[in-house]
Amino acid sequence: MKFFGPGAVAVAAGALLALLLFPIYWMITSSVTPESRLFQSPPLLPATLSLEHYRALFDERDFLIPIRNSLIVAAATTMVVLPVSALCAYALARLRFRGRGVLLALILAVSMFPQISIVPPLYLILRELRLLDTYPGLVLPYVTFSAPLAVWLLTAFFRQLSPELEEAAMLDGASRVRVLWDVVAPLAAPGVATAAILTFLYCWNEFLFALSFTLGPDRYTVPVAVTLFRGRYQVPWGQVLAATVVATIPVALVVLFCQRRIVAGLTAGATKG
Amino acid sequence: MIRQARAIEREERRLARWLVAPALVFILLGSFVPIAATGWEALHGHDLRLPWLGRPFVGLANFVEATGDLRFRSALLHTVTFAVITVPLELALGLALALIMHTAVHGRALIRLAALLPWAVPTVVAALVWRFMFDAQAGIISAPLLTFGAVGESFDWFVHPLAAWVPIGAADIWKTTPFVAILLLAGLQTIDPALHEAARMDGARAVRRFATITLPLLRPALIVAAAFRMLDALRLFDVAYVLTGGGPGTATEPLSLYAFIALMQHLRFGYGSALSVTVFLLTFGFALIWVRALGRPAVGDRM
Repeated sequence: MKFFGPGAVAVAAGALLALLLFPIYWMITSSVTPESRLFQSPPLLPATLSLEHYRALFDERDFLIPIRNSLIVAAATTMVVLPVSALCAYALARLRFRGRGVLLALILAVSMFPQISIVPPLYLILRELRLLDTYPGLVLPYVTFSAPLAVWLLTAFFRQLSPELEEAAMLDGASRVRVLWDVVAPLAAPGVATAAILTFLYCWNEFLFALSFTLGPDRYTVPVAVTLFRGRYQVPWGQVLAATVVATIPVALVVLFCQRRIVAGLTAGATKG
Repeated sequence: MIRQARAIEREERRLARWLVAPALVFILLGSFVPIAATGWEALHGHDLRLPWLGRPFVGLANFVEATGDLRFRSALLHTVTFAVITVPLELALGLALALIMHTAVHGRALIRLAALLPWAVPTVVAALVWRFMFDAQAGIISAPLLTFGAVGESFDWFVHPLAAWVPIGAADIWKTTPFVAILLLAGLQTIDPALHEAARMDGARAVRRFATITLPLLRPALIVAAAFRMLDALRLFDVAYVLTGGGPGTATEPLSLYAFIALMQHLRFGYGSALSVTVFLLTFGFALIWVRALGRPAVGDRM
């Protein structure tokens, strides 16, 4: 299928590439520009390369703390979400039981909940339980909000698996539980990996819950820490941009190495698998 | 044989219950109970700054207050206007990007990578980068405009109540168009190339083929992408919080942000909950209308 000549496509593709990538290029370039030159009329190519902002970021701001917080919360969330969602998704994909349709509707509904609409009671409950400003206080809402996506994606994934192997094992007398453990689990690895990637990205990027349920720099996650950098009167742009680069590195690596998987996961969740 | 089959079926049902239970508990405890609690809280007067007043039941007083609250009304207007303007733009640009990804012969991997990066970047990062690029002093966007005299020396995007929306829209479109493109690309790939081939044989030109083959067959994917984007745009928070903080004044304050401020800064939990409920009702209402008007979404069909 060709709508345009190859020349037109190349030009359009080039322009779009530039639009998509320029902000990232600009972020990186500016983050290595000394503060004094940041606000002169900007040269497109960096004239000087300075790691001053990065040094300040880690020495003065101790940016390792939010990175550590984000990693802990993301890892804990992923470890809870994956087993829970995989089991649920398998049941949804393969087993017949009452309430299946209702469950699917519930899951779909949760995935469109606006986060703000559950912030007030969660804040009050977490405060009551003394879980504000703690890791579990963030993991709980993160699990709730990333589980539907994982269930959705894994259900689509399990449906694509041919049931023949499972049926053969069951004819040989293996129980469903054994089949689940010995036959399905190894086959599920790619789907689970995709779900893990998307869950990690969700946690790494989440902002509203982290902003509401953490109280100080000790528990800020990366997005909150970056945002609250603003000085009282001036934005320390150099450091802010260095921090945005640091916040982008993990997702850039994930995207670089897992692009096919991510695309497959996103579309499994949205179109007919 | 039949008895055995029944036994298996019973066992499966029992197993299914166990497999589903943990996820169900999380979903119910983590979102359905809280959303009900938000609704309940919204019916109370609850001010964390005035704890001695307690938490009296006030019925719909908070909602009544909201209808008369000009800040609420403009926040609602901002939210809906923002969604109605940006989502069609994102769909159009996303479609263009998807067509390019679909048609490109060389550099497919590079284009896909370039598209996935903005999608994966934390929203907060996207907002900050665009804030920097729109900066009045030496932002890369303002500088050339200034040189060509399109804007005055003192022009500042973030001081002008309408212009302040431009960076918000730009950041949002930049960040979410790739997602739309990926969904639409998957849709494009399901279209049988033979259809286009046949139409070409019959002498149909590109525009005609696009209008009579691609668009109609892409309809389900477009409906799903539009629904995702609308639901997202109606709860706009991150970009507005980071880019403008709702300012100047409250000129760029969407509903989610006002609710957040009422809760976390004014500590008016009753009123803030009522505002949060309206965000929920807004998205829920949209979803209902969308499904009614356009049939069950393709998402549902699959299951």
